[in-house]
Amino acid sequence: MKFAVVRFPGSNCDQDAYHVLKDVVGVAVDYVWHEEKSVKGYDCIVLPGGFSYGDYLRTGAIARFSPIMDAVIAHAERGRFVMGICNGFQVLCEAHLLPGALVRNSRPKFSCKWVGCRIETTGTPWTQAARLGQVLRIPIAHGEGRYVADEATLDQLEAEDRVVLRYAGPGGTIDDQFNPNGSMRGIAGILNSGRNILGMMPHPERAAEKALGSADGKLLFDGMVRTLRAA
Amino acid sequence: MIHPDTYREMGLNDLEYQRIEGILGREPNLTEVGMFAVMWSEHCGYKYSRPVLALFKTYREAQETGALENAGIIPLDDKLGIVFKVESHNHPSAVEPFQGAATGVGGILRDIFTMGARPIANLNSLRFGPIEGVSRDATRNRYLFEHVVEGIAHYGNCVGVPTVGGEVVFNRCYNGNPLVNAMAVGVVELGKVATASAEGVGNPVLYVGSSTGKDGIHGATFASVELGPDSESKRPNVQMGDPFLEKLLIEATLEALATGEIVGIQDMGAAGLTCATSETATKGGSGIEIDIQKVPRREEKMSAYEIMLSESQERMLAIVRKGSDEKVGAIFRKWGLNAVVIGRVTNDGLVRIMNGSEMEAEIPARALTEECPTYHLDAAEPEYIARIQAFDPLSLHEPMSDEARAAAGQGEGFNLTYTECLAALLACPTIASKRWVTEQYDSMVQTQTLVGPLEGDAAVLRIRGSMKGIALKTDGNSRYCALDPFVGGQIAVAEAARNVACVGGRPAAVTDGLNFANPEKPTCFWQFKRCVEGIASATEAFGTPVVSGNVSFYNETPDCAIFPTPVIGMLGILEDANKRCGSAFREEGDVLMLLRADSDPTGGMGGSEYLATIHKVEAGPPPRIDLAGEHALHLCVVEAVSAGLLVSAHDCSDGGLSVCLAESCIPQGVGAVLMLRYSDFDDLPPSAILFGEAQSRVVVSMRTERQMKRLEEMAARHGVRAQWIGTVGGDNLRISLEGQNLVNVPVEQLANAHQNAIGRIMESHGS
Repeated sequence: MKFAVVRFPGSNCDQDAYHVLKDVVGVAVDYVWHEEKSVKGYDCIVLPGGFSYGDYLRTGAIARFSPIMDAVIAHAERGRFVMGICNGFQVLCEAHLLPGALVRNSRPKFSCKWVGCRIETTGTPWTQAARLGQVLRIPIAHGEGRYVADEATLDQLEAEDRVVLRYAGPGGTIDDQFNPNGSMRGIAGILNSGRNILGMMPHPERAAEKALGSADGKLLFDGMVRTLRAA
Repeated sequence: MIHPDTYREMGLNDLEYQRIEGILGREPNLTEVGMFAVMWSEHCGYKYSRPVLALFKTYREAQETGALENAGIIPLDDKLGIVFKVESHNHPSAVEPFQGAATGVGGILRDIFTMGARPIANLNSLRFGPIEGVSRDATRNRYLFEHVVEGIAHYGNCVGVPTVGGEVVFNRCYNGNPLVNAMAVGVVELGKVATASAEGVGNPVLYVGSSTGKDGIHGATFASVELGPDSESKRPNVQMGDPFLEKLLIEATLEALATGEIVGIQDMGAAGLTCATSETATKGGSGIEIDIQKVPRREEKMSAYEIMLSESQERMLAIVRKGSDEKVGAIFRKWGLNAVVIGRVTNDGLVRIMNGSEMEAEIPARALTEECPTYHLDAAEPEYIARIQAFDPLSLHEPMSDEARAAAGQGEGFNLTYTECLAALLACPTIASKRWVTEQYDSMVQTQTLVGPLEGDAAVLRIRGSMKGIALKTDGNSRYCALDPFVGGQIAVAEAARNVACVGGRPAAVTDGLNFANPEKPTCFWQFKRCVEGIASATEAFGTPVVSGNVSFYNETPDCAIFPTPVIGMLGILEDANKRCGSAFREEGDVLMLLRADSDPTGGMGGSEYLATIHKVEAGPPPRIDLAGEHALHLCVVEAVSAGLLVSAHDCSDGGLSVCLAESCIPQGVGAVLMLRYSDFDDLPPSAILFGEAQSRVVVSMRTERQMKRLEEMAARHGVRAQWIGTVGGDNLRISLEGQNLVNVPVEQLANAHQNAIGRIMESHGS
């Protein structure tokens, strides 16, 4: 089993994702440079947070055209796993691997804080070890994390059980006051229809060790590892 | 022939110009005058501050041995060292707050990774005029505040270095002259520290990073004059930053340094290519020749003058081992950056600037760096000092208890209660929660932040590859410095060290940002000198050497000069990163104690936030400080945290004991019951007990009485007083003084005042 963490110029959570996978979860992991053309041999590709290519034009808009993305798309089309965190989620939306878009926060400022994320489905490789309705304590750190999509897409995501995480209060309450960026329907993370691609704005790699304030995020990586072990 | 107006406009006086002619033995050309002007500005040459900075022992020794590096290094363990430095970007931020602040962060980060250290944390210290109200000043101050914060956030977040701490203070004296001090911290393998030295005759000189544009020309000179009505026209002097390029530059530089093929490296900050070439040549005891035709440029037509003085951001100069320029250059190009050989190291001691085959400038490197004239300016105590210190801070009328007011009804005498004073203090922008600010900063990237913003008295970071941790804090109370710069300087160091101790860090070393008005005025120079003397005495008493720093003068407008504002950046070392402590009360029933080494006849009321906010008075003697007692307190607190005795530790500073208690109640929404006695507070009036800012005090909470006993023994051993003052619990903060209820208020109400005050101001007015 092997993970890859893609490094775009401007990625800045690549080293954190690498650290968690290698030192905390304890699996094999490599960095993959954005100019590489293959992700052969990797089971799960992580697109990390940061400001790929400076996020000029639009967040994630340039990264999707980088050479590595063709390989990531092919990898995903074969049903293999891809996980996009924060900027990685933005890249996945720009690459149309996930529906919708991430736009400027409703309060138009960068926001870094701990939030509650309610598990909306356990029918994913990442959340299979979680409990439905469980609230994970995970930080966000973004200026453009407001998830938007047309009503039909949102309905479809819900109907197909593809909303993975929603922003929630400590008891699991879904309410505007717990929605840190104005995301539609409180959405913090979604799946593709093939259920092998996860995109999420919160940073599970920052919440995978108790010393950092929460180890809740580790559950998502553990779920992935368990899926791969079972395969 | 250079017209006197030309060099005077650049900041050189007639004598300095004559000295240049003397050094060169001829008339300089325009490019050469420009190069001298920036290098001999106070900003680069420290021509006024150097004699005073020699009061710092480490600085003096470094100067004498020629080891004055870009930033100081403190060993963490036997493998790793910590590098840190603070720098001001005040003037640029006054005219262009977003870019001014952003490039301040970028510049200080480059100082760190130029040494081969990976940047792991940013901090800052910000000062603005008052932001409340609809006046033109307030509107402008909100604009500056909002955009400075955004600029810091933009740069720090994108570059992937967490902003883990800082402070924001508001005072009228910063109207039109905000202060933006940025501090960066890095970690470096000992023995792999890169130097800024051009050694090895014939070695190629590599230009890397961003292209050179016309921005920031004479930025260093701009930093060395007062702000005035025409400061807006200096906007072109402000550099433009690109944190994305900086991120690439960090990764590429660290990767390139790891090859061992780089002999010396320096960033191009203030005074750009001029500074980088002359300083590396001086340090290497060599010369440098470059050809400006090879310098990557953003614009076609740039003169030698413009190229040599540009302060375009995200550029570095690297001296590479002969034959390795391709190998090193390839690393930078992999990261999408320019890497061009623009010259070579020579042995003639000259900085020679060629334009193809034509010579544009030829100056002895040492003339630019070492022969900057040094001035011993006159210092004179301002007459206001004696007058303002004579004010008796206990002479003002006393607030009333809730009961007394209920009895008195409306309109009787002074009508604020202690509770209302506390709420007002918690909501005053200087004391109010800075959540509105800190949430805009990514404080967690790199996953090393163990105690983040608002969680403790200082930030705590773990360091990958070590058991140890570091504690970081910026601090400085300029009002105290206005009242007495010597004591104010001491207190700035003491508070920063106390904060670091409260999270469990042994205060280890200091970087200082010294922000003052025009030093050519004897009263301002006196403030500077006295303040530095205060800092020097405190750092020696605590064993925390000043290892780096920055001086920013001319922080004044025609309307006002700033208070003397030293900013102390303190580094603390935690022997075990897991033995740390936050500032929040946790559980019902926890025991509260006051650890103290204070002795202040006014309870620290002079210069207090209480006097300023409630009585609109900024006067009195500042709080007294006993450095030996303060030092003992630090040792005691660090030992208690390391022994795992404490649930929380929070020092009494702005707003005094009551604000300290409220701040510990608010995060978890848990109350406390305090039972105080007059005899423990020298029979001071209740206002001084609640709001006085007597130094050397820390409120700690503990789980059990057994731990309390252990702390008492520990305190006695250190010669620190330890007093039981109450218990954690309930929904209210209740403070009584020998049976008289002074404060009794739901924590939720205090939290609302404290947490949302700044957001309310910013969002109700816009900016």
